Amino acid sequence: MDKKVPLHLLPVGQKAKVIVLLNKGLSRRRLLDLGLIKDSLVKTERLSPSGNPIAYNIKGSVIALRKEETKNVLVEIIS
Amino acid sequence: MDDLKNIVPKCIEEDISFGDNIVTSIYKKAEEISNEVVTVNDSNHGRIERKIDNLLTSKIFGYPFMLILLGLVFWITIEGANVPSAMLADLLFGFEAKLTALFTSLNSPAWLHGLLILGIYRTLAWVVSVMLPPMAIFFPLFTLLEDLGYLPRVAFNLDNAFRKSGTHGKQALTMSMGFGCNAAGVIACRIIDSPRERLIAIITNNFVPCNGRFPTLIAISMIFLGLGSASKFSSVFASLSVVAMILIGIVVTLLVSKFLSVTFLKGVPSSFTLELPPYRKPQIGRILIRSLIDRTLFVLGRAVMVAAPAGAVTWLVSNIDIGGISLLAHLSGFLDPVGLLLGLDGIILMAFILGLPANEIVLPILIMAYMSKGAMLELDSLESLRELLIDNGWTFITGLNFMLFSLLHFPCGTTLLTIKKETNSKKWTLFTFVLTTSIAIIATFIINAIATLIGIV
Amino acid sequence: MGLTSQSSGFSLLKEKFEIQKKPNQKVIALAGNPNTGKSTLFNNLTGLNQHTGNWPGKTVTNAQGTFKYKDNDYLLVDLPGTYSLLANSVEEEVARDFICFGNPDITIVISDSTCLERNLNLVLQVLEITDNVIVCLNLMDEAKRKGITINIKKLKEKLGVPVIPMVARDGKGSKELLDTIDKMIKKEIKTTPYRLTYNKKTENIVNEIEKKLKNLIGNKLNTRWLSLRLIDGDKQILKSIDEIVKNNSLSKEEI
Repeated sequence: MDKKVPLHLLPVGQKAKVIVLLNKGLSRRRLLDLGLIKDSLVKTERLSPSGNPIAYNIKGSVIALRKEETKNVLVEIIS
Repeated sequence: MDDLKNIVPKCIEEDISFGDNIVTSIYKKAEEISNEVVTVNDSNHGRIERKIDNLLTSKIFGYPFMLILLGLVFWITIEGANVPSAMLADLLFGFEAKLTALFTSLNSPAWLHGLLILGIYRTLAWVVSVMLPPMAIFFPLFTLLEDLGYLPRVAFNLDNAFRKSGTHGKQALTMSMGFGCNAAGVIACRIIDSPRERLIAIITNNFVPCNGRFPTLIAISMIFLGLGSASKFSSVFASLSVVAMILIGIVVTLLVSKFLSVTFLKGVPSSFTLELPPYRKPQIGRILIRSLIDRTLFVLGRAVMVAAPAGAVTWLVSNIDIGGISLLAHLSGFLDPVGLLLGLDGIILMAFILGLPANEIVLPILIMAYMSKGAMLELDSLESLRELLIDNGWTFITGLNFMLFSLLHFPCGTTLLTIKKETNSKKWTLFTFVLTTSIAIIATFIINAIATLIGIV
Repeated sequence: MGLTSQSSGFSLLKEKFEIQKKPNQKVIALAGNPNTGKSTLFNNLTGLNQHTGNWPGKTVTNAQGTFKYKDNDYLLVDLPGTYSLLANSVEEEVARDFICFGNPDITIVISDSTCLERNLNLVLQVLEITDNVIVCLNLMDEAKRKGITINIKKLKEKLGVPVIPMVARDGKGSKELLDTIDKMIKKEIKTTPYRLTYNKKTENIVNEIEKKLKNLIGNKLNTRWLSLRLIDGDKQILKSIDEIVKNNSLSKEEI
């Protein structure tokens, strides 16, 4: 399987590999700092009741991010 | 230092590839080391935890569960505080009688007895008996939720509302701190990086009732919603009304945040990251020590420190006569027209003003002031407090507006000072004062107007 | 500004962090990711000797406490919990500035054994700044439950600093930590902290800038690390270095 999606569309329970971050400035720094670097693994853990923010498992921690930021992160789904 | 500024060529400073390389290299190395030293045998762990989290943040149960939990905390607090409160009151007011007897036997002047016993001691007795039991129950419960790791889940659930208000999701966390103490909540706003969002969180923190106001809210809701129904469900009604107050506080917070986001503090939400830490088994012993010593006694101590002089002032105000009428009557007469417009009265407003140093003493001041007017000498239970208030013309609307005013009005002195320190601006401190007070006045005015129009009052 | 001619780090310590250090007191900084049991360890070590009116809960300001062990008095400074020190937030800036400019005698990094990789990110960053580092691996019990085993000896070798497994909430590991602190203060332990090498492009620039920086501020601070921050586009660090530079020239004049 070779499927690339923006992170906010990664379905719950799915694992993916980070391809590229298109965020700029502070937002980019923050996401990198959290461990969303190229090739690192990320998994959608759960949605909040309203669907935004979404919690992801990044390097062992569960971290909630708003869609506005994750839509600029391109990931590749790992089956 | 121009040398320093020129040390790095501009082109390099702006090239993000260096920064990216640094962050990536560190993480890659961390991964490499971790892979070498860590072995994992069981990846199935945490399944139950995940299920709990799915439930707590689910579309259907997420919000109701939050409300039920909050209601439960207050129900336990109210139900549990009843008996010890009454016992403490019995004890302390019984002692007052003994003190009075002692003063009489010593032939001490009436003013001395009045100032020390009817003023200071009585106020202190009220502060202790009304505040201590609910706090000693509420704080451990709240610390328990904190320790478990539930608060970040609340922030996670509520973030969307904050996003729509143009503010930061961590505001929910600073609000949670506000439950303990608004000054602490204001300091906690440091976790919000965007100055705009931080300021909004600071200004609105006061709409979360702090523990100084909880006992007041609980007592009044017991009187006008709980005891009124005079059934075994009374504490359920009382807790529901406290929850309702908190919901109103949250809604006002969101509305005011939105208002500020589109007017005085325009801007778009900044980046938001929130960790949902794993649930941890709470350490009961530490919770008890932390919440009882650090929170309960700290808050009680502060209340007592302020209550003693406030009690003295209140006694003096109500016993110094000018032109045959007490100073208190002058003051309350002066404030009465405004108070009545808001569905309150002059004495209530005076209590709020005198209570500026600490919200905890608003109710004791009020009681003192009412008692100095009337013939009632003993006040040792909520039932007698209810009688006292009703004798002074309180209705359901007075109770409601009193609670609303308490929820929305100006922050206490400590919080104002903290706001000044944290924002480094007199302007924003004053702005907060005016904004909150205006909202309190408008809200109570509207409710009173409606009530008058449809003829409830 | 009231800068004194005392060691530059120390005056900054006082001004920026409102820390009152008694003479002879050793300063220990406590860093770590959020939710790693940092406050628990802090309380274990200091007991009730915290002189802070800070509201318990989130550590946004740094709490301080004191303790005594063997021959020494210590001042323990609890830094805000952060994932990183790259100063993308106020908390990170406070933590970073303290470790770099506050000249702590020892920096303890407390880590969550259940997600070591994420925590090592911070450890590696601290190792880049200072030599005297002790790594505490907390929550070993939880890791065990999750079927995670960590080769402590190997990790120690990799990092070049002491690594102490602990269960802070049960007080396990505190004794070993205290002994390690004691030995480190007495210089009985020598550390060889792991320092990262970046790609060639980055390293070349770093070397170039480091030379310039050394001319300006001498060897007092970790110039390599500062250079890295500078090419990383960190504007805040400029201000902090600026203060140090001013301070340096001031003390020179006085002499």
